[in-house]
Amino acid sequence: MPEMQPSRPEVRVSIHPFSWWRAFLALPNAHPVKTLGVALLVALVSSLAVCYTAVALKPLTDANRLKERAASLMTLVETLGVGVPKPRLITLADGQYADRDPGTRAPLGAERDIARIGEREDVATVYELYEEGALTLVILPVRGTGYQSTLKGYLALKGDFNTIAALTFYAQDETPGIGTRILEDAWTSLWPGKRIVDTDGVVRLEVVKGRGEGVFEVDGISGATRTTGGVTRLVRFWFGPDGYGPYIHRLKRERAS
Amino acid sequence: MTELLLHSIFTDNLALAYFLGMCTFLAVSRRLEVAFGLGLAMIVVETITVPICNLIYRWLLRDGALAWAGRSDLDLSFLMLIATIGVIAATVQILEMVLDRFFPGLYRSLGIYLPLIAVNCAILGASLFMVERRYDLAESVVYGFGSGLGWALAIWALAAMRERIDESRVPEGLRGLGLAFVLTGLMSMGFAVFGGLKF
Amino acid sequence: MNRRLESRLQPAIEPILVNNPVTLHVLGICSALAVTTSLATSLVMSAALICVLTLSSGIISLIRRHIPRSIRLIVQITIIASLVIVVDQLLQAYLFDMSKRLSVFVGLIVTNCIVLGRAEAFAMHNPPGASLLDGLGNGLGYAWILVAIGTVRELLGKGTLLGADVLALADNGGWFTPLEMMTLPPSAFFLLALLVWGVRTIRREQVEPVLVDEPGDKAAPR
Repeated sequence: MPEMQPSRPEVRVSIHPFSWWRAFLALPNAHPVKTLGVALLVALVSSLAVCYTAVALKPLTDANRLKERAASLMTLVETLGVGVPKPRLITLADGQYADRDPGTRAPLGAERDIARIGEREDVATVYELYEEGALTLVILPVRGTGYQSTLKGYLALKGDFNTIAALTFYAQDETPGIGTRILEDAWTSLWPGKRIVDTDGVVRLEVVKGRGEGVFEVDGISGATRTTGGVTRLVRFWFGPDGYGPYIHRLKRERAS
Repeated sequence: MTELLLHSIFTDNLALAYFLGMCTFLAVSRRLEVAFGLGLAMIVVETITVPICNLIYRWLLRDGALAWAGRSDLDLSFLMLIATIGVIAATVQILEMVLDRFFPGLYRSLGIYLPLIAVNCAILGASLFMVERRYDLAESVVYGFGSGLGWALAIWALAAMRERIDESRVPEGLRGLGLAFVLTGLMSMGFAVFGGLKF
Repeated sequence: MNRRLESRLQPAIEPILVNNPVTLHVLGICSALAVTTSLATSLVMSAALICVLTLSSGIISLIRRHIPRSIRLIVQITIIASLVIVVDQLLQAYLFDMSKRLSVFVGLIVTNCIVLGRAEAFAMHNPPGASLLDGLGNGLGYAWILVAIGTVRELLGKGTLLGADVLALADNGGWFTPLEMMTLPPSAFFLLALLVWGVRTIRREQVEPVLVDEPGDKAAPR
């Protein structure tokens, strides 16, 4: 664009910052100082704008996420038609109650990371519902990688801590119309009544291809085998030793005694 | 790995399953020769950028990635988009210079497509999917190559068909772009069938 | 009567039908296909694109004399990307559900060729006022196509518009059986083809000539 190149400026020495600015603008565009300067300025202004909005809007976005989680939990409780469960903090490693959440998380090795979540928090929030002094329902937050996104949801267990009362997902980005069918009632309504571990304590529950038989199999969704495979892995992980395994063991032990 | 490669080429074809990079896909598929060059450039750029973005995300941007610098509380993942764009634009410009300097023959045939690729959403999309699906470095190399090859195959096939179909008599208003849309629609229905395959 | 006003507004009006970025220049198709499954997503996506396009054209035009040629692409892309991130963040903060439904496609506005195409072809050579109008016009040209396709796909695919029932569904005792096909991506291609056909039947000058053999033809879309 030749018309845009002003002629070479006269060299003037001035300490007034404004005239430096003008001298900078008057530099020919091909001049290295100008090129570098423009690049830096554009980068600076853009990054300031981006960071400012990101930081300024973070509370709102976080609030939206929280609201969404809370709404999903409330719907779950409403569909079950039970009272409002109480949030409790538990240490995942030993399944004991914790007083506070230090907010720490630790990376999982590829071997243990069945659900492909990368890292796991040390303390998690679970929801417990007591009716007439007995623990009758626990709601556990679960997450895992489906086909192309992280699935996040809640899984509710009945008082035997093995039979599923309900399953719901509140966050996912699966293929619209295919993987997103895990959100539909038609599929989530297949879950209540299914069992997680068999009498030997092995996690048996899985989403199968086609029609599921018995208490350990859930019907698959045609075309969405990798999304539902993600759901199977998520159940395997969260009810295994690195998930809520220790907590559920403790609940079962306390119930027996 | 083989599974990932085959999936990224066929089932998850960026052009036909996710409709990414459509502008270039439709505009530059009239001649097979040109489409061939663009496809090659696409494979090269994807194989380079996806792993680079993987490294940047893993070591700088993701939640807690800066633990090696003692700042594990930082989550810079909102910068991923702009970082990816930067990597793509820089790769394209550097590649252009390197080709020009050392492989002038290749530069003459591929050079004009490189700027087109800088704004190709298939590359951006591939990098964003790589983050979303948590590929590790080796997987991201395979995925970058596979998805580039898949896109290239799709544009080669479309160009071959368009060269033929240009010679047939079709309604005037449909000639060119209109028919390209119809063909791509049909191709994508065909590719959707790969979704049922188990590798 | 208002010749001057008309010529002033030219950049905004022309791209809507005569010089439409989607049907004539084959730009910005990717997002057009992915987000048109419902009217609401089409509307929000259009609004986001219009914002980014108008602002980026204006800003780039303001500093056009000082952008060195060698780094112009990166400078333009940086400006566009920043605007896109800001819009994306705003959507996440104020229209959370919508931003979830649009997922990565708001981010992909960065590589929407309309934006960079207008920056290169118009904003780099014209004053800010005209560039703003050009951005707005092209945005509107893109928007009406998106909205048209979104309307058809939602109406025929689900029998609803903006989520409200319009056609009585057979499941609820009505007469309309939704066309599953319309919710799948290929239908967007077929609808776009019909639209292009329609536009080009009205405006015959847009009909593409029969391709004669000359090498390098159509190498670059811009």
